Amino acid sequence: MPNDIARDEVRRLLDSGALALDVLPASEYEESHLPGALNIPLEIVDAHSTKQLSKDKLIIAYCHDTQ
Amino acid sequence: MSARAAWRLESLGFTHVYRYSAGKMDWLASGLPIEGAFASAPCAGDLARRDMPTCVFNERVGVVRSRLPNDWHVCVVLNEQRVVLGLLRESALRGDESAVVEQVMEAGPRTYRPFASPAQLMRYFKKHEERTGALVTTGDGVLVGFVLCEDVERVQRTSESATSV
Repeated sequence: MPNDIARDEVRRLLDSGALALDVLPASEYEESHLPGALNIPLEIVDAHSTKQLSKDKLIIAYCHDTQ
Repeated sequence: MSARAAWRLESLGFTHVYRYSAGKMDWLASGLPIEGAFASAPCAGDLARRDMPTCVFNERVGVVRSRLPNDWHVCVVLNEQRVVLGLLRESALRGDESAVVEQVMEAGPRTYRPFASPAQLMRYFKKHEERTGALVTTGDGVLVGFVLCEDVERVQRTSESATSV
C-alpha cells in the first residue's frame, strides 16, 4: 500500500535521490512541476511508459492536490 | 489521481512508492522552487517583501507604532507560529496608542499564495481600491511576506512594455 507523505518528507526524499513522478497532463507539467520531476500522465502509466525506471527506485507520485 | 497512480505503480512491480497527496498546489503554496514555464515568471512570492513589520495581538498600538520603520504604514499581526491573524492598517496605527492590537486590527485579511501572478494581484488591488498591498502566506497561513502595490505596478508596466515591443 503506497504511503502518503507530506511536504517536508517529500523534500527530504527528493534531496536523497527519490524521483518525483508528475501524473498530471503534459500541459500542466510544462507549466510547473517539482524539481527534477518526470511526467507520465495517469492514463498512460503502464509497463511501457515506466520501463526506463528501476523497480526499486523510490518514487513519489503527485498530482494537483487531493483529487 | 496520485493514489491511483501510486497503486498502479505498485501493480507494475515498483517496490518503493509514495504518494504526495497534497500535491503540486501544496508545493506551490509553500513557495518552494519549481521547474517549468512558470518558473521564470515573477509571482507574489518573488515580489513579497520579507522585511515588513510584525506584532502580536496583545501589544499596545503605541508600542507597535514606536518601532515601525518610516517607510511602512501597515503591520502584520502574527501568532507564535507566524500564522497571520490580522493586519494593522495605517488608520489604526495612527489611532489610540493605548488600544490593544486585537481590538483595532483587520481580522482575517485576504491573503495570496506565493504562486499568485502580478495580474491577479493587480485585479484585486483595483477591485478593492487597495493602495498598500497584499499579504502572502503559505497554504497553512504562515506569513511569507507583503507585496506592495508599487512593486506589482512596476512589474506589470515592465511586462506590458515588453509585450508591446
